[in-house]
Amino acid sequence: MGKGLLDIESLARSDAEAILERAKFFQPPPGEPYARHSLLQGRSIVNMFFEASTRTRTSFEIAGRRLGAEIISITASGSSVSKGESLVDTLNTLGAMRPDAIVMRHAASGAPHFLSRYLPIPIVNAGDGLHEHPTQALLDALTILDRRKTLEGLRVAIIGDIAHSRVARSNIFLLSKFGAQIVLCGPASLLPREISQIAPGIELTTDMEKAIKGVDVIMMLRVQLERQYEAAFPANEYFRFFGLRMEHMKLAKPGVIVMHPGPMNRGQEISSEVADSQSSAILNQVGNGIAVRMAVLERVFAA
Amino acid sequence: MSKLVIKNGRVVDPAQNLDRVLDIGIEDAIVREIAADLNTTGAQIFDATGLVVAPGFIDMHVHLREPGFEHAETIESGARAAATGGFTSICCMPNTKPVNDNATVTSYIVDRARRHAIVNVYPIGAITKGSAGEELAAFASMKQAGIVAISDDGKPVMNARVVRRAMEFACALDIPLIEHCEDLHLSAGGDMHEGVESTRLGLRGIPRSSEDVMVARDILLTEVTGVRYHVAHISSHHAVDMVAFAKSRGLRVTSEATPHHFVLADSDMLPYDGNFKMKPPLRERLDVQAVTQGLINGAIDAVATDHAPHAGDEKMQEFERCPFGIIGLETAIGLSLEQLYHPGHVSLLHFVKLFTTNPAGILSLKAGTLKPGAAADVTIFSLDRAWTYDVSQSPSKSSNTPFHGRKFKGGPVATIVGGQIVWGNPK
Repeated sequence: MGKGLLDIESLARSDAEAILERAKFFQPPPGEPYARHSLLQGRSIVNMFFEASTRTRTSFEIAGRRLGAEIISITASGSSVSKGESLVDTLNTLGAMRPDAIVMRHAASGAPHFLSRYLPIPIVNAGDGLHEHPTQALLDALTILDRRKTLEGLRVAIIGDIAHSRVARSNIFLLSKFGAQIVLCGPASLLPREISQIAPGIELTTDMEKAIKGVDVIMMLRVQLERQYEAAFPANEYFRFFGLRMEHMKLAKPGVIVMHPGPMNRGQEISSEVADSQSSAILNQVGNGIAVRMAVLERVFAA
Repeated sequence: MSKLVIKNGRVVDPAQNLDRVLDIGIEDAIVREIAADLNTTGAQIFDATGLVVAPGFIDMHVHLREPGFEHAETIESGARAAATGGFTSICCMPNTKPVNDNATVTSYIVDRARRHAIVNVYPIGAITKGSAGEELAAFASMKQAGIVAISDDGKPVMNARVVRRAMEFACALDIPLIEHCEDLHLSAGGDMHEGVESTRLGLRGIPRSSEDVMVARDILLTEVTGVRYHVAHISSHHAVDMVAFAKSRGLRVTSEATPHHFVLADSDMLPYDGNFKMKPPLRERLDVQAVTQGLINGAIDAVATDHAPHAGDEKMQEFERCPFGIIGLETAIGLSLEQLYHPGHVSLLHFVKLFTTNPAGILSLKAGTLKPGAAADVTIFSLDRAWTYDVSQSPSKSSNTPFHGRKFKGGPVATIVGGQIVWGNPK
């Protein structure tokens, strides 16, 4: 059985390095399309998206096809899930069809971990609830490495709704493994104190200017109103205190890289001027998503 | 006329401050005598050499799911699980369907238990109608029908004015009020203890404070009303401290702890496995230590299992969709020996007290002792027999336990209810 990818926390640094190396190989030269490979010829992959996603699903589809695999996408609204089938039954049904791998996104934290205990097919986690989004962290790392030699010693600010962000968790685990310093910043109600203990090298602040001071990378998170049980902050104050604007940029290191996992709420967590500025690597992130997912899918089938 | 003599057991009865190798003579469902070398003529003999012979163990907190959820457990199956775990008496919480909030439901449970249960079953009535937290339930008629306490277990009584009124009635009826301490606003949406582990796993937290504020509120109201107040399944170290404080002020406050709360911490969870999901949630190591300490120093009076069966498919889901609760009747003695007796934290007398004299006292049950004249309910257990828990052999209709496959040193060997051996493990 091949190797799935459930989370970054349990991924060894050497494995992360190998994925990033391979992703660099798949990256096309500037302005050129991704090359086609036949490395996964004859393999079938099911893309099971229990939660809406355009960018990640499409990115996995393209990655699979560029490697020559057959990749089929199923989304919850068009599947038996919307008819009340349980997660276990859905996956057993898929399992009986014998795909070689499953890529899954699910709104419940740990759903892929739960299934991987029962299903003898490798699972690649494309985002589980509030927990992790491992390929996002890998593509973010690749994007930083496009502009920096190493992650070691970099100072990275992650700003926004930390509590409900799987992107934040995966990035924390990955950056920490590579020896980066991480500053987490957000409204107090969305910045759990305990998160400083989940990995080494984490600082917390609710002051955005402090967070940005001297950083090499700024990762903005999306305001995820759908993940709130109640208004945990006065929404109309968010942009004023936690939105990234041009005036912040001079606090960071020269050449700072601005990132966002998308989809962006312009005027909420990030101003249009910053999003479209030279510092922004947001579109590079999208492009790198394909290279990283090619590397991850290839690894599933590596001996 | 049936006679039974339990020979040569180490008789441990806290009510008589007794811990000695003796025989027990039982006739017509009553303990007749305790002495050395009893005459066994015409009697059935149970050789208890090397075993502990204790008053029948009482579990003051179980869910039998009948009426309403018979697919998960029945009074009959739950009672057999109790006997297998060494319990001779169990108290069932009212969160059935319909809720046990009136004498008709109470009588139904009492009647079903009389006909189908191999152990004694004492119902606990609801505090509020439908356990909805608003209107008071019919306490007095339920008491006449057989309830021994009131509780909305599974839910707290959020309205302080309502719980105050209920306390006044409970005090007048001389029955304890048992609270499931959880501020629902603080715990809303939570699936496990709020801490480093929940943050790491991306699961929503149930903060310790959701338990603490309710314990604090209720202790203050206990002082106002004079009720006998009991904290169910205590799990927070602050709550343990507050109960100890209330006791030191002379208030009639008691508490119970479940084995899982004094054995497991949140960091022991198999990630995203619904068999580790319950309320209150598994808390942190310091809470596990505080609950253990509370059982040692008397802040916590009883071990209770909160046996909460859920049918198999209900726990085979995404963690956040799994219902709360685990079964616990069969593993309680083994886990308690492991955490309390074997490390030398408590004497055997103290250990037995947590399952007998103390819960009997809290609920005013005529049980929990082997004094001549008492009902012949006896728990016989081993301190050293090695065994492994196999939930597939359980008489319970559910198998939601985190302890399947766990190895134990010591556990139940025979259960005697009303002079009859209702369960025995011959090995």
